[in-house]
Amino acid sequence: MYGRKVKLRFLFIILILLSLILSVFLILKSLEENVVYFKSPSDIQLLEEIQDKKIRVGGMVKENSIEISSEKINFIVTDFKNEINVVYSGVVPNLFSEGKGVVAEGYLKDRSFFEATKILAKHDENYMPPEVKAILKEK
Amino acid sequence: MLSSLMGYYSLIFGLCISLLIIFFSVKNFKNSNILDSKILLFSFLQLVLVFVSFLGLVISFVNSDFSNETVFNNSHTTKPLFYKITGTWGNHEGSLLLWLLVLTLFIFIFLVKSKNQLKKYRILTVIFQQIIIIGFFTFLIKTSNPFNYLFPIPEEGLGLNPILQDPALAIHPPILYLGYVGSSIIFSSVLAATTLNYINNDWAKHIKGWILISWIFLTLGILLGSIWAYYELGWGGFWFWDPVENVSLMPWLALTTLLHCILVLEKRSLFKSWIIILSIATFTLSMCGTFLVRSGILNSVHTFANDPERGLFILSFLFVLIFISIFIFFVFHKSDNKKLSPIFLLSKETSIVINNWFMMYFLSVVLIGTVYPIFLDVISSQKISVGPPFYHKLIIPFLIPFLIFMAIGPRLKWIKSELKDKLSLAILLIISVLLSLFIVRNFETNYLLNSILIGSAFYLFFITVRDFFSKKTQRLSQNIAHFGFSLLILSILFNSIFSNEIITNLKVGESYKDDDLEIVFNDLTKENKKNYVLFTGVFSIKDKSFNNILKPELRIYNQPNIITSEADIKITLLQDNFITINTVKNEDYFNVRYLIKPFMLWIWVSVLLIALGGLISLFNKKHEE
Repeated sequence: MYGRKVKLRFLFIILILLSLILSVFLILKSLEENVVYFKSPSDIQLLEEIQDKKIRVGGMVKENSIEISSEKINFIVTDFKNEINVVYSGVVPNLFSEGKGVVAEGYLKDRSFFEATKILAKHDENYMPPEVKAILKEK
Repeated sequence: MLSSLMGYYSLIFGLCISLLIIFFSVKNFKNSNILDSKILLFSFLQLVLVFVSFLGLVISFVNSDFSNETVFNNSHTTKPLFYKITGTWGNHEGSLLLWLLVLTLFIFIFLVKSKNQLKKYRILTVIFQQIIIIGFFTFLIKTSNPFNYLFPIPEEGLGLNPILQDPALAIHPPILYLGYVGSSIIFSSVLAATTLNYINNDWAKHIKGWILISWIFLTLGILLGSIWAYYELGWGGFWFWDPVENVSLMPWLALTTLLHCILVLEKRSLFKSWIIILSIATFTLSMCGTFLVRSGILNSVHTFANDPERGLFILSFLFVLIFISIFIFFVFHKSDNKKLSPIFLLSKETSIVINNWFMMYFLSVVLIGTVYPIFLDVISSQKISVGPPFYHKLIIPFLIPFLIFMAIGPRLKWIKSELKDKLSLAILLIISVLLSLFIVRNFETNYLLNSILIGSAFYLFFITVRDFFSKKTQRLSQNIAHFGFSLLILSILFNSIFSNEIITNLKVGESYKDDDLEIVFNDLTKENKKNYVLFTGVFSIKDKSFNNILKPELRIYNQPNIITSEADIKITLLQDNFITINTVKNEDYFNVRYLIKPFMLWIWVSVLLIALGGLISLFNKKHEE
């Protein structure tokens, strides 16, 4: 027979392994469900189907496209190849303006219409979201 | 000009002294039994030199000496004096110089405070710490010199990002750094102790103070950053699972785990290997945080400049440190299986093991959520982000058992224990559950989860409150910290459940109405300030319990040309009323955001209580033994 100490150790190791497997499983599952993908207006044109999943759209706010009313703000996001209309009601970050980079999070209604639930805050005037920078570089 | 030169040469001399200290330490290591007083002297000299260098930079900032590139990039003559000074560490170069200053300060304090320790151990710690210090000196001088000379000398500087011109942010970096850098002492010390096979109760007693110090500062540093994001960034919340926040949370989780483990080492001489790994992990996570934030991989207000060379340097330096520590761990560390003392299922040791499990789980969730998007971008250039739902889903359910163990664990004794007064514990549990059911009875969403969660938080709350009055309370510090944690969880829960948010676009004179709330935009005033134009909105807000005038501000800074919103917050014991405004496209409409945030004040207070627990433990060592 094995001693008490050995048994305890064995139990301990099994517990660690089990909890490890469990946590890895949970984390991976939750990642799969909660990841938000980033798309440019051109990526959206290439989508095969429109899913009811949260995504991020990034690009430049087109000049003279912002329209504001008491309930909502409409604007157009462009990557200079394709554009998409965005409607948004919520907080606007300080640095949101025409001709600047923007990232909007929300749901795609169809290929040219996006309903944003959040516009991401930027911190300084020279800042460009890395995703937007990559898009503009391609151009 | 002069101050920059002075600062630069002090840095070079400081680096030379590092080499001298290592030389004397190696010489002293075997030769005699007393610590060579030269080591102490040179450590002091190094501290003075780095301080002079730092002072040089501060003077350059105060005098707006634009021949210095760092000053040119981050300052402006019209900036108030206070922000000229704090602007010194509001940029990449200056903040690294501050980091270096704290590093040299800590190793000097360590030398002074560790007189009763073994000579060899002290010397080895100094050597390891000097390796880190040399790394930072080289990094500073080579890739981010704060004293670069500019010619021709510009007339005016570029100015400091206005959102950094804020009192909370002025002290946030120094406090956070004290926490981060404190972990470097733990790191050096654990490597020295492993090499000398000195990981035992004496070492635990001695290093506990350092763990507490860096833990307290890290807690306060995170708190300050969080408060700042709440009112200055206008985020209107306290935690957003932003990668930059996560990066400071990870070392905190590791450090908290270490803080619990070191007690076991102190009393029972257990968990030696685990403590070595944890100490190394804490410092590595602090360094990783610096790497991720400074290299520009994570984009945020902390990313001062995107320079791949800097990221590469920190990364290679980090690899060297990790390599050294792994080498030392496997070569020198011998586990003493034979003397292994027995562990019983119902004991304080077990409860701390359980704590460790949960903490490591939380840590891995945060780590994966932060690193996975970067990883995916590198291997497949897929751009993704991981948001709050990921963390909430994975962390919240596990908080329930965590809170209950937190309530019961400290009641157990070392080695072998029994759970006393089971009846009163059970009664408290029933009361907590009933109370939480009463509170959430009107809620349809997540009814079950919320009620169990609030119930378990109340359970911890009641038990810690009861322990304050019981004479048998063994550890006041532990009880305060755990009480603070239960209060934190309760405040967060009530805050998230009962928060209310209204976002609308209004012109001056217009109003917003719904069933029980009215917001009237009365007036907008304009005023010219020293370095910005100030617009103040006057809003009168009426609801059942609140009737007040709030005045949020909009500041248009001239240099750099940035608009910032300053929230106006009416803080009361029960709730915060929070309002911000913003312009869109210079039209008449203002984007108005009004928030009712219950128990906001208690979130800050409870974190202060948690830190207070650490402080009491630090000053109360003898009493609690």
